[in-house]
Amino acid sequence: MNGEPAIRFERVGKRLGGRAVLDGVSFEVRRGEIFVIVGASGSGKSVTLKHMVRLLTPDEGRVWVGCDCISEARGGELARLRDRFGVLFQGAALLQWLTVYDNVALPLREKTTLSETEIEARVMAQLEALGVADAADRHPADLSGGMQKRVGLARAVILGPEIVLYDEPTSGLDPVTSRRIDDMILEMRERHGLTSVVVTHDLHSALAIGDRIALIDRGRLIEVRTPADFLRSDNEVVRAFLSAQYITRRGAWETEMGR
Amino acid sequence: MWALRFVLSRRNRREVLVQLFVTGIKSLGVLSVVAAFIGMILALQTGLELRRYGQEVNIGTAVTVVMVREMGPFMTGLVIAASVGAAIAAQMATMTVSEEIAALEVMSIDPVRFLVMPRLAAMLVMMPLLTVYTNVLGVLGGAVVGKTQLGVALPAYFDNAIQFVRNKDLYVGLFKAMVFGVIIVTVACQQGFQASEGAVGVGVATRRTVVISFLTILAVGYMITRLFYT
Ligand SMILES: Nc1ncnc2c1ncn2[C@@H]1O[C@H](COP(=O)(O)OP(=O)(O)OP(=O)(O)O)[C@@H](O)[C@H]1O
Ligand SMILES: [Mg+2]
Repeated sequence: MNGEPAIRFERVGKRLGGRAVLDGVSFEVRRGEIFVIVGASGSGKSVTLKHMVRLLTPDEGRVWVGCDCISEARGGELARLRDRFGVLFQGAALLQWLTVYDNVALPLREKTTLSETEIEARVMAQLEALGVADAADRHPADLSGGMQKRVGLARAVILGPEIVLYDEPTSGLDPVTSRRIDDMILEMRERHGLTSVVVTHDLHSALAIGDRIALIDRGRLIEVRTPADFLRSDNEVVRAFLSAQYITRRGAWETEMGR
Repeated sequence: MWALRFVLSRRNRREVLVQLFVTGIKSLGVLSVVAAFIGMILALQTGLELRRYGQEVNIGTAVTVVMVREMGPFMTGLVIAASVGAAIAAQMATMTVSEEIAALEVMSIDPVRFLVMPRLAAMLVMMPLLTVYTNVLGVLGGAVVGKTQLGVALPAYFDNAIQFVRNKDLYVGLFKAMVFGVIIVTVACQQGFQASEGAVGVGVATRRTVVISFLTILAVGYMITRLFYT
């Protein structure tokens, strides 16, 4: 069982708005690894992520979670498979009319029979761990982007999922906050042995935290490589993607090359 | 009754109370103005006709029957569709666009149970109450016009009003109000959940909600009337 990948895409194809947004995408995410998906805007990264939790259903192919096919699951089985995931959405997707505390408490209130005291202990511990405990009584709209993402992450992991999906955890954040979020992702993995899938177009983060990096370009999976191999790849699309970032990221990059 | 039980169940109480407030209290101002004017207009129009036969005292019946049977539930429905329905649609659409609905789904929290049911329960409780309120204000508005414009004394007006209104009129009116409530919440949530990306999607969902609810309320109102009165 342990050899079983955490997530497996089997020639997944999807059309949206009359265009193929995924085209024959196959890959595996191994248990316990940090799998990073990079690619240009609109290349299909979020769409890929949404297939993992069946927010989208593939037109062709299958998506497996462990040994269950989530793309064909329904009802209770789908709910059980989704329970294995925590998802941090691109815009954090916090419920606007609830406070930070209530947002993070929501999964506990809705899906467990814990008492309000136990819930409070857990929620505050989680907020503390992510450094947003001070914001507990505020509403999401009053928080900075970085704080919203941390609260979103707190909500995503509060039920102790096996797999966490991060959609652009660092986009729109300053470099310092971005690095802190990267550290958080690494820490989550160290502490709980999570499998993580991170979508990003921040190449620096990808290289810093990824065990393997997948490049998606216009709905096709180009390559899946370790960071070192990814940098050395001769694939044209990879080279183009790298050179687009090379100019601005030269410094950051060379430290990565040395790792 | 289901709506009452849902309102009283502990898990949903807080959200339902919020929705009761939003549905009931927030539109009270507009609704009051609309109701009073409808009553006044009805009194004036029928009163001017009836005066030709010296029957102006019968505006009591005319206003009350029309309010209780038709105009009360109908005007309440329209005002609530335009205010509460539009607000629900905008909120649901915003949640759809910002992936909040998707987040609920991933957490296996059913958006229908979590978002639609409290609003539906609140609407089922509030629509009949608001309709009674509209009826009362309409009848009072009619009384004021009767007294000031047509010289109908208040006691005569109210005697006349009560004499010819049957219980059936009230029940059918309130039934209509509840049906309109279901229509408003259903249309608003359905449009909201379907909203397409971006702020434009929110606008489209809101506008469609108002238009579709208006038309549905008109058509369904007519059918219910036909069902009970022919
Ligand atoms: N619901 C939808 N209907 C129609 N087209 C869609 C829908 N969702 C996504 N698309 C299209 O699919 C393509 C891939 O979208 P996706 O959101 O996966 O991009 P992305 O790689 O996450 O980009 P970004 O970095 O900007 O988030 C885009 O061209 C987008 O326009
Ligand atoms: Mg995206």
